[in-house]
Amino acid sequence: MKRFLLAAGIAAATLVPAASAQETIKIGVIAAFSGQFADTATQIDNGIKLYMKQKGDSVAGRKIEIIRKDTGGPNPDVAKRLAQELVVRDKVDILAGFTLTPEALGAADIATEAKKLMMDMNAATSVVTEKSPYIVRSSLTLPQVSMTAGQWLASKGGAKKAYTMVSDFGPGIDAETWFQKGFKDAGGEIVGSVRMPVANPDFSAFTQRAKDLNPEAIFVFVPGGAQPAAIGKAFAERQIDPKKIKIMSTGEPVDETAIKAMGDIALDRLSSWHYDYNLKNKTNEAFVKAFNAEFKRNPDFFAVGGYDGMHLIYEALKKTNGKADGDSLVGAIKGMKWDSPRGPAMIDPATRDIVHNIYIRRVQKVGNSIVNVEFDTVKDVKDPTHK
Amino acid sequence: MATSTQPVTPQLWLRQQCRWHPLEIVFWLSTLLPFFLFPNYLSLASQIAITAMFALSLDLILGYAGVVSLGHAAFFGIGAYGAGLFSIHVWGEPFTGLLFGGLIAGIAGYITSFIVARFRHLTLIMITLGIGLMAHEIANKAHSLTGGSDGLQGVKIQPLFGVFKFDLYGYVAYSYSLAALFIAFLAVRRIVNSPFGLALRGIRENWTRMPAIGADRPAHIRKAYTIAAVLAGFAGAILTQTTQSAALESISFGRSADVLVMLVLGGAGRLYGGLIGATIFMVARDQFSGIAPQYWYFWIGVLLIVVVMFMPNGILGGLSYIYARWRRK
Amino acid sequence: MLPPVFGVLFDGIAYGMLLFVLSVGLSVTLGLMNFVNLAHCAFAMIGGYVTAILVNSYGWPFLATLPISFLAAGAASVVLERLFYRRLYRSTDLDQVLLTIGLAFISVAVAAYFFTTNQQPIETPSFLRGSIEFLGLNFARYRLFLIVVALIVTILLVLGLEYTRFGAMVRASVDNQRMARGLGIDVDRTFALTFALGCGLAGLGGGLAIDIVGLDPNFAFNFLVFVLIVVSVGGLGSIAGSFFAAMLIGVSDIAGKYYFPEYGAFMIYFVMVAVLMWKPTGLFGKR
Repeated sequence: MKRFLLAAGIAAATLVPAASAQETIKIGVIAAFSGQFADTATQIDNGIKLYMKQKGDSVAGRKIEIIRKDTGGPNPDVAKRLAQELVVRDKVDILAGFTLTPEALGAADIATEAKKLMMDMNAATSVVTEKSPYIVRSSLTLPQVSMTAGQWLASKGGAKKAYTMVSDFGPGIDAETWFQKGFKDAGGEIVGSVRMPVANPDFSAFTQRAKDLNPEAIFVFVPGGAQPAAIGKAFAERQIDPKKIKIMSTGEPVDETAIKAMGDIALDRLSSWHYDYNLKNKTNEAFVKAFNAEFKRNPDFFAVGGYDGMHLIYEALKKTNGKADGDSLVGAIKGMKWDSPRGPAMIDPATRDIVHNIYIRRVQKVGNSIVNVEFDTVKDVKDPTHK
Repeated sequence: MATSTQPVTPQLWLRQQCRWHPLEIVFWLSTLLPFFLFPNYLSLASQIAITAMFALSLDLILGYAGVVSLGHAAFFGIGAYGAGLFSIHVWGEPFTGLLFGGLIAGIAGYITSFIVARFRHLTLIMITLGIGLMAHEIANKAHSLTGGSDGLQGVKIQPLFGVFKFDLYGYVAYSYSLAALFIAFLAVRRIVNSPFGLALRGIRENWTRMPAIGADRPAHIRKAYTIAAVLAGFAGAILTQTTQSAALESISFGRSADVLVMLVLGGAGRLYGGLIGATIFMVARDQFSGIAPQYWYFWIGVLLIVVVMFMPNGILGGLSYIYARWRRK
Repeated sequence: MLPPVFGVLFDGIAYGMLLFVLSVGLSVTLGLMNFVNLAHCAFAMIGGYVTAILVNSYGWPFLATLPISFLAAGAASVVLERLFYRRLYRSTDLDQVLLTIGLAFISVAVAAYFFTTNQQPIETPSFLRGSIEFLGLNFARYRLFLIVVALIVTILLVLGLEYTRFGAMVRASVDNQRMARGLGIDVDRTFALTFALGCGLAGLGGGLAIDIVGLDPNFAFNFLVFVLIVVSVGGLGSIAGSFFAAMLIGVSDIAGKYYFPEYGAFMIYFVMVAVLMWKPTGLFGKR
């Protein structure tokens, strides 16, 4: 009986998409819409919505439909089940979203098994794209930005002794490893490092430790949310002045919310990142304006990940003339170059991973507002971990 | 509970309790319905069965022995990681992996049971919470072993009996978790309807009196706690095996709290409470979050409040109260 | 020159004081009525949002928003107490858990709906930013402010409980509820008032917490564990207990992270389990 049902199920599943092939293309967006990472998912989704508003909800003669699913957090089991259900029940053609690495890793097997394009719009651990030949990443990888930060700081930044402070979880350890590698390769020395608990409400103890060692530079990685402002304030309270000790970080510790909460004490903080709403280029200016008109807030890199992810999907569908199977779409996306709000971007044909510029920025006062201003660019950075 | 007028000996009462009620048979038959009615929901059904098993294990200590735990996910997570690591480092055969997950969860349960058996009330809740949070932190710290927050990588599970591969539709996953749930249920049903189960209820009803009448309270609690840990470990192991992944979420405070809510929602101390609670909570969550991925918390909250306001002691508690009133008329 | 240990102690005490303001209300309501209010931090969140909205959208000075956050959280608690809590005074703990978790769930969704999932940063006035140097150590001004506020709250609470008629009623009800009822004290009414006061304090704590830990819809859950730890370590129904427990937890958290950063996250759980194994009713608890 079970065998029969199994066969019937598979037959039904393979027949139905064939029948609806000329109709809608369904995209299943799996993200942590609720819980601690809700804002990340919201911004990714805003990016998706804006793109569809601008470019219309049909491409290559086929209508695009989005189905959103909530994982509630870094749950690979839930992400896997949702991917399974989206493929089996909702008959989606493309999987997208993925706020966090465990979600992407959970769903990777399904993408492989069902041969569906899986657009990783945020999860930033390098290994994600290696888990399935159908995964393409439109966001960033952490080694990309942290290694660049290390190299730049030791070569052009004029600091030879650095201390690293990262959150004690996967992304933090990635950032620590690759910053230290880049920094040492460029002739710097790591005088000490600390891994801080992930959900850490108070940083005064860690900043005090950093100060005790008196380094020339400090590298910081903490996840977005409340912690960036908290650690910034802790620096100021310990009188660690970014003008004297260079404080370098990825983009999150100096994102818009963090700067707003920190105020003047954020001035002169350095960061190495691929996107900011203040980035100066034509595409970005138009994007920021449209985003503000639609959602009454500035876009961030999550939003760009969603926006560019949709762009890749649309362009790939144009190239395949509406054919939405995984192999055609991935084939169409490989090597694709486009003009993103983050500047020129490309999908590496060998690794299906993003290649883009990394900007070295400084927090400055521009008029009345405090923003990140880029003053150096490292062009076309690939993820350093892929072979 | 039994309210017959004739004098009931404990033996007779236990035998009465052991008898299968027709409703129970209907319930178990209905668990087969997803195969026919909702073949597209089988992976959800499988995860419900796993969560139900986890809730059942909590029911054994909470509903029967009165041991309220806010750290039960520790054992679920140990089972999950245990089965995952077993598949990576030993082999991918599911049944041995399952036993291994249950075994190490049981060992952890036995060790911690010595602490747990000494306390009650808020102290007990907080100690279990502390143990659970420490287990979570250890899993995060042991990055090289568990993969930390990225989750365990490389879990590969062989087909069941070497034949049934865990398929995309979840037929095998649901069959496997449902079978495990049923076996676990039979075991727990047998345990609670034994003299040992009666002793546990005695402890729940009067913590100080049981030792006074000669029951070895700490030993009973330790035994029940260890059995519950093994069951939770089994549930975690099955989750790892059916999803081929394990992550910190499986050992988190959130999972401990969720399962407690599900059990209380269904009705603690009634065997079926955890099963019903898990089903209602997870189906509601799936449906609400399908409609409003950002705001489904609201509707879950409303559901909990409505149940609490109109059905004290959970859904089953409320139903049995209504049934009892209807019988009296 | 002071050795760094004083700096660590100072930071720890300041963090502890924040925990104290957030949790003292829960301790009293748990001690008084045995009511397990897991939505306690949702009231803190109400206070937090009131402060954030008044500062950011209406340009109120930060200090002026704090009394409003106290009142708003207290007022919300009166409404909810009438609607829901009152009916469950005599229910089991588990039903109370279900109700209050439900309320906390709803608060998270409502906050996300009205205030978005975004962080709500506030800029504190300049006299609360930066730090003061004293004998070679830096003392953050905001933390000094926290300690001062917490001390004022403690003094008011202690005086209020010791020297007012209402305080005497609360103490009588905590110590022996049955006897208090027998003496004609309206325990339910006393509870409702105490509950409002406790939730108001949580609201004040929420307003104070933004600068240290930020504010987003998940606040209702993020601090729940810490608050429960303080309450259980301190002992139910004891203000002094909560005060010293909060200080102990705050100091051991900061000191653990400073001296053993690798194991800093374990410290407070370890301290809690150790204290409870030594004194199951908490430092100052009677039951």
